[in-house]
Amino acid sequence: MIPIEWFITLGFFLFAIGIAGVLIRRNIIMVLLSIELILNSANITFVAYSYQHQSVTGQMMVFFILTMAAAEVALGLALVIALYRVRSVMNVDEINILKW
Amino acid sequence: MTAQLLFFYFGGMTVAGAIVAVASPNLVYSALALLLTFIHIAGIYVLLNAEFIAAVQIIVYAGAILVLYLFVLMLFNPEKEKLYLHRQYPVGIFLGVVVLCLMLFAAFKTEILGQEGSFTVEAVRSMGHTDAIGRVLYTDYIFPFEIASLILLVAMFGSILLAGRGRHLRKRGEAFDLSGGGTPPEGKPKRSDEVMVGR
Repeated sequence: MIPIEWFITLGFFLFAIGIAGVLIRRNIIMVLLSIELILNSANITFVAYSYQHQSVTGQMMVFFILTMAAAEVALGLALVIALYRVRSVMNVDEINILKW
Repeated sequence: MTAQLLFFYFGGMTVAGAIVAVASPNLVYSALALLLTFIHIAGIYVLLNAEFIAAVQIIVYAGAILVLYLFVLMLFNPEKEKLYLHRQYPVGIFLGVVVLCLMLFAAFKTEILGQEGSFTVEAVRSMGHTDAIGRVLYTDYIFPFEIASLILLVAMFGSILLAGRGRHLRKRGEAFDLSGGGTPPEGKPKRSDEVMVGR
């Protein structure tokens, strides 16, 4: 029997790694990849608490997060491709046209 | 005991893959390390008695999303960058540690309230996890389910419009692309050229 806190801690570690990845990487594709890590940590936490409470509501949430992740990846990568065509940059520091 | 050993294996590989994915200078290595992470997260789901979600995790994350990333990496052919980390990376790592400590504190110092549901481990095992998921998804959550399908449809249209090359531009043989799909404004073509050429 595995205590539920282990799963929660694992999800939190993944979340912290994802946050650090969003903050420290300069490539925009890596920022999107780190967001995937954050969404996965949310999924682990949802499934763990759903297991503890003997309910499947948390697993429904996992489905909707998955849908949103797929949509986000498709749109994000399309934006990256469009941006690369127009300006040939992939560095998040150089994407500053919208800055005043 | 076996379950705990399996948890340590899956959890350790998950965290190790995530760290390699975030820290590796090579983008393709990062994507493949993320594949390792996703597959081992599926193992974690199996330990939590959620077999259907484990299968969906492998199919959608490792099969679809990661292949999408690899395709985009293949399009760009990224070189190994010398400065792949932001110059403020100690601040980023510090903020990650702070967020981790805050969440651990918040989660384990709080009393969790909540009612026990009717899907015990034995009930789920007797009816099957897919059956249990389907019963709830198509009764209580049918409206969010439809909204999710709408979100996917909008994402499909949006990504085709954003990343697809407009037909009118290809016909005129222009090298650039206004990546919106619509016709460029006829009234001020000069301005649009300026924006596009002055990259």
